[in-house]
Amino acid sequence: MASQLPVIDYEKIKKIHDTPLEEFYTSGHRTCQGCESAMVMRDFAKASGPRTVVTGATGCMYVANTSYLTTPWIVPWMHTQLGAGGSSAVGMAAGLRALMRKGKIPQEKINVINFSGDLGAGDMGIGGISGALQTDYDLLIIMYDNESAANTDIQATGSTTYGAQTTFTPPGSKHRIMHRRWKKNVAAMLAVGHPTCRYVATASATFPALDFMNKTRKALSIGGPTFIHTFDPCPKGWDFHPRYSHELGELGVKSGIFPLYEIIDGQVIYTYDARQKGRIPVREYLEKQGRFAHLIDEDVDYIQHMVDTMWNEWEIPGVAPFRAGLSVAG
Amino acid sequence: MATVVQETNVWARDALLNGCQAVAQAVRLADVDVIAAYPIRPYTEVMDALSKIIADGELDSEYIVADSEHSQFEIVKHASSVGARAFAGSSGTGWMYGFEALVVTATDRLCPLFVVGNRALDDPGAFGVEHNDALALRDMGWLLCWASTAQEALEHVLIGYRIAEDQRVLMPMALAMDGAFLTHSQHMVKVPSQEAVKRFLPPYNLGKRRLHPDNPVSIAPQVNEDWVMELRRQNWEAARRARTVIPKVYESFNDIFGPRYANPFFDEFMCEDAEVVLVGLGAVAMPARTAVRRLRERGKKAGYVNLRWFRPFPTEQLRATLGRMKGVGVIDRNFAHGSPDNGGIVVQDIRSCLYPLTQRPAVTDFIGGLGGRDISIDDCMRMLEITFEAAAGKQRDELVTWIGLRE
Repeated sequence: MASQLPVIDYEKIKKIHDTPLEEFYTSGHRTCQGCESAMVMRDFAKASGPRTVVTGATGCMYVANTSYLTTPWIVPWMHTQLGAGGSSAVGMAAGLRALMRKGKIPQEKINVINFSGDLGAGDMGIGGISGALQTDYDLLIIMYDNESAANTDIQATGSTTYGAQTTFTPPGSKHRIMHRRWKKNVAAMLAVGHPTCRYVATASATFPALDFMNKTRKALSIGGPTFIHTFDPCPKGWDFHPRYSHELGELGVKSGIFPLYEIIDGQVIYTYDARQKGRIPVREYLEKQGRFAHLIDEDVDYIQHMVDTMWNEWEIPGVAPFRAGLSVAG
Repeated sequence: MATVVQETNVWARDALLNGCQAVAQAVRLADVDVIAAYPIRPYTEVMDALSKIIADGELDSEYIVADSEHSQFEIVKHASSVGARAFAGSSGTGWMYGFEALVVTATDRLCPLFVVGNRALDDPGAFGVEHNDALALRDMGWLLCWASTAQEALEHVLIGYRIAEDQRVLMPMALAMDGAFLTHSQHMVKVPSQEAVKRFLPPYNLGKRRLHPDNPVSIAPQVNEDWVMELRRQNWEAARRARTVIPKVYESFNDIFGPRYANPFFDEFMCEDAEVVLVGLGAVAMPARTAVRRLRERGKKAGYVNLRWFRPFPTEQLRATLGRMKGVGVIDRNFAHGSPDNGGIVVQDIRSCLYPLTQRPAVTDFIGGLGGRDISIDDCMRMLEITFEAAAGKQRDELVTWIGLRE
């Protein structure tokens, strides 16, 4: 492990009382009780402040959030298409840069943020986000991952946990498990593929406290194109009582199924190092969600095995599934 | 680039340019802020030319090589939303790949300009011209016009931005050019001076809808049945208003650059005393005009209408011109399989436009030139002859004749 951590010049929120009082995402939305994605939205808006422009890709956080004449957005906001998260951010950043350089609007730092779900960012729009991360524009893309297409009645996406019940993957009398894909490793995939991207992170809305807001500020301070993947328990989609949203997020991190880390200039920094702090069994995380009610011991063992492999055998535990070898091909 | 320097206020020089290069020169003169590129033949050369123009410091613009047409068009849409003048383009299936972004650019009432180098849609692959790509926009709230020469292409980038950005319009603009026949054929082009373009084209001003921290608006929130009809109605009204704005913009263009356009919406060639005309879009104008001349030599009163604007459709003006004719032959360089009478796309609008007249010309349709197949002078003469026959009351089994089809 590297001994020296990179120094980033940003205003860190150290205590909950230091959190800015101003809200830039406020009343007017109609998200569900216990919606962690709404927390993520509120927190990134708070952390980034008033000199910000936001695009929101189609998804539950568009449809449930931004209704005509009752917008919750204090900062300027615009809808963008499901797969256009990356390109919307590039378009705004490019437009602002050109207008400032040509003296058509005043020079200033304006935060450009896109907010896309796991279906939009991780599946359909991943090409556009890859394109965005190759540019030199200052922009931040936040992928809110509630592990489903939550706007359309909870369908499986490439980010849904193995085995989960969704409306596209219901358990049946012949097939117990319809969702047989292992969750896509979006943040690390983007970090690995874009070496000039200086900041990629994963985060949970509420655990550890203030972590996500500080990661937002770090991303915006470091500049260039940056990416944060948030882990957002969804009471309706995951089938649990809304009062347990934060707890589910914490269990996801502590069980190691969702690793929390930052990759800053190519250096991996664990926010919660499950190897040092120990992992709780994934069963404790899975059994609290109705979407896994149909799993049998064998399925839980498989998921536990995959999580163990991720932490014990990957070259960069929890991040990159490679094993460096010395053997020569042939 | 062969260049002859001319010292006048309005024209900077004459240059030998193909359609793509002419468009690139116009984008330079329009002082575009953001360009997003993605390669597909035949429009690509516009972007090739622009990248060199930017590399040489002749234009200060962001130039983004996108990862797909969808991203390309979304980049341009969002650049337009923060108040930047933006440009993109595509051809054929690439155009269709980005189609979702094209639809929302219009419903968001943003006004970038796109060039379409018309190309056949896959499958099977063909580089040549077909108009289905651009015509797919026809119901989406876009401005859509065809250039038939490189000069017109250059001028319609400037005219297009002026109309699109007009506060009464605020619609995106698509400028179509026939692949190969215009994109890659060289013409002597008069390139306007920067000063003259500045006089003609004011800066882009999105006003109260500009996305900026000083103007915290929410754009395109979810509306459902509460408001969609009213918003569609606003698009509808903008498209209607565009019909009255377009002639004013051409007047202003003519004032600065000389009397170049008698009729903004279409060119009439020997139509004054004509009995029968062909109507076409794009580069087919050249063989069609020659065919008209040849028939005139035989004493036949033929004419040609080079339809420039397809959206908004010049209903009243076409009604006045075509309503005088005995026969109208429509050249459809596109297909509309299963449409009424199995015609192309353009003939449906022409017939619909002429229907309210008590004295209607006989309308017949030609599908030809698909996939880039040449429409020759002889083809045009044959089309005129068939239209003359239809005008004389000779019944044909089908409304549509395929021209140049190997049977």
